[in-house]
Amino acid sequence: MASVSVIDELKKAQILELLEQGKRVDGRAFDESRELKIEVNAIPKANGSARVYLGDTEVICGVKIQPDRPFPDTGDKGLFICTAELLPLSHPTVETGPPQPHVIELARVTDRGIRESHMIDVTQLVIEKDKSVIGVFADNVVVDYDGNLFDACSYATTAALLTSKTPTWEMVDDKPSVVEGGEKQLPVNTIPVSVTMGKIGNHIVVDPNGDEWASMDCRITITSDSDGNICALQKGGSDGFTQEEINQCGELSVKIGAKIREQLKSAQESQ
Amino acid sequence: MGGRDATMVLLDENGIRCDGRKVDEPRRIMIKAGGLKNADGSAYIEFGDNKILVGVFGPRDVHPKHMSNTDTGILRVRYHMEPFSVGDRKNPAPSRREIEISKVIKEALEPAVMLEKFPRTAVDVFIEVLQADGGTRCAALTAASVALADAGIPMRDMVAAIASGKVADTIILDVNNEEDQAGQADMPIGYMPRLKKITLLQLDGVLTPEEYKKCVDVGVKGCEIVYELQKKALHDKYFGKRND
Repeated sequence: MASVSVIDELKKAQILELLEQGKRVDGRAFDESRELKIEVNAIPKANGSARVYLGDTEVICGVKIQPDRPFPDTGDKGLFICTAELLPLSHPTVETGPPQPHVIELARVTDRGIRESHMIDVTQLVIEKDKSVIGVFADNVVVDYDGNLFDACSYATTAALLTSKTPTWEMVDDKPSVVEGGEKQLPVNTIPVSVTMGKIGNHIVVDPNGDEWASMDCRITITSDSDGNICALQKGGSDGFTQEEINQCGELSVKIGAKIREQLKSAQESQ
Repeated sequence: MGGRDATMVLLDENGIRCDGRKVDEPRRIMIKAGGLKNADGSAYIEFGDNKILVGVFGPRDVHPKHMSNTDTGILRVRYHMEPFSVGDRKNPAPSRREIEISKVIKEALEPAVMLEKFPRTAVDVFIEVLQADGGTRCAALTAASVALADAGIPMRDMVAAIASGKVADTIILDVNNEEDQAGQADMPIGYMPRLKKITLLQLDGVLTPEEYKKCVDVGVKGCEIVYELQKKALHDKYFGKRND
């Protein structure tokens, strides 16, 4: 996302110089993510929502749940669709118009992390097989940019889904109709947590902030589930990792993911 | 994409996969360097039933001009699937999937190409998937590296790519379409064997931390096999066919 943040070469050199001394530009440890604040039910008209602050990055996720037609080859499963968008007010370089490749990647990586973990049990979201199913739509909007949108969107989506209430529908005259008083929690199997690491020089830092994001050579986003298994991964950026670094990042993501998962759980319980 | 067969056995009791391969056996891979007259460099790859054509132009002037960079050349990659390349006709307009894959392949190639030698210019890589059968991004990346070399563009290394994955609780090399659809995990890997750097890595599917490490390892070893075939393709074109 080099195009999003403008950073001069001096700042880049300073960030690298600090890393050589074992320090990060904002004083964090290499394996320390920024403070994460989660406000659930930020949008009461949505079926579930969360406003998430990861340092100075801010994302709002709203979940809408409504009946839909199933995909032709999966009539026994509900739908889960997750999107992400950078709003023009989030950074001076963001423009309106069709989404840029880096925004498409953000949306697809966020979706993949949740989907591949099988967080939502879509088999329980069927109203009538092959005819009508429940669709869960999680839409993320980035309202303030300071790097690492992958994790901010992942946490916002997960927090919003954990606190979502779905209505119940039954088929009346071949159409889905809401059952009064049938509201319940979404069926959740696991809590996926993504952890993004940036590589600057030969240093790997967790949760790069905006300046680090603009300086890094490459990055990796790894999602782990409640069992400590790895369920999705995306490498990005114009350099490579060694095999040892990939293994190290895998271990880091599970370790840090476990801490963040506890925070997501307490946000769920706080509602 | 393809028809799913629920009764298909992905791995039988003798460790043989649905297409007759062993767990660590790649599909048949044929790479040809060159072939296109107008492109500065090109390559054609058959990777199992995948058939992919790559053409490279450049370094050349950048249009639109504002995209050019005074410090370095830029790499542009378009990954595109033909409407007839998959089971149901694909809309020819670029999908979100194709845009993401274009970006991922571009970032996988950038570390290999000495773009800093050609400031203000662009190298364009056009990837056309004529027939798709699982693992197109790896086959495309492999062929794109050969096409860039064929174009005579200075490179640090070539990127070889292949996917590892998990079917029937077993880690396998080179995931085909059926295994991708019905299997448990798919991990495409792009690797520069000389520089020992992983430049493309994705995963969907659940792996334990041990399986994760094994998957990366199996993929890296697979890339080394592909790398030899890339070198052979270039050797065949420029120094005549070897008898091996």
